[in-house]
Amino acid sequence: MIAFWLLSIGLVVTSVLTVTARRPVHSVVYLIANFVMLAMLYVTLSAEFLAVIQVIVYASAILMLFVFVMALLSTSTGPFSVGPDRLPRFAVPSVALVVVVLGLIVYGVSRTPAAIVPKAGVASGPAGTANVFGSAADFGAALMTTYLLPFEVTAVVLMVAVIGVVMLAGDAAPSATLGHHARRRRGPRVREPIAKARRPVEKGSAR
Amino acid sequence: MLTRRNPLIVLMAIELMWNAANLAMLAFARAWLNNAGHVFAFLVITVAAAEAAIGLAIVLATFRRARNVDVDEVASMRG
Repeated sequence: MIAFWLLSIGLVVTSVLTVTARRPVHSVVYLIANFVMLAMLYVTLSAEFLAVIQVIVYASAILMLFVFVMALLSTSTGPFSVGPDRLPRFAVPSVALVVVVLGLIVYGVSRTPAAIVPKAGVASGPAGTANVFGSAADFGAALMTTYLLPFEVTAVVLMVAVIGVVMLAGDAAPSATLGHHARRRRGPRVREPIAKARRPVEKGSAR
Repeated sequence: MLTRRNPLIVLMAIELMWNAANLAMLAFARAWLNNAGHVFAFLVITVAAAEAAIGLAIVLATFRRARNVDVDEVASMRG
């Protein structure tokens, strides 16, 4: 319970700091802290596999992407213009929305009859063992049997994303590079001196 | 999300919202001892990764075209 309160307070604080930080890099750092704390919270919710996925996919892959784009953009442009601070104008509606949604959740949970909620003791077991709720084995079995179709749809979604990103951010003139490669491939004699030149280097490294 | 002009911060705020939804789903999955919440959270993480990649690619493409990525200034589509 202490862990829950500490983590939730940390989550709220880092979320607010992410949105209000002046510099984008500070936002990324706060977001990493947020994601790591969220992974800890997932562990307390007995979702071990998703906690690992959270750290690997979110805290490293996605935020790495953010940092790379930031580096790409900041090489040729100045800092982003701060502009008019619109936070005060949106503060009241957003806080009201948060209160309403939280109230709905609390109301829904309190209205749920206790009979249909399974006992918490069922899920408890040594962490990491198979056939415990939320373990990697349990999750994987569900993913490969009951939820096989959503799993395959995920693959299609990732494929579409890869194609879209290459189309959007890929080379501006792909035909030119293609022609270049084709021209290079046509000359087989060019390869031989390179291979000969590489051989002594490999021997040297072996020694 | 609506208060910022930097598209990167807007995308980060969207990631925060994905994560809030994930947290709710995992909490309810734990309360009901149902694996469906886990699978759906997994799906959401995948879609969020795809969305982040495409969003950042759009930011890069916009920057190449307009040399400016401010969400207020880029208005050539009259949005």
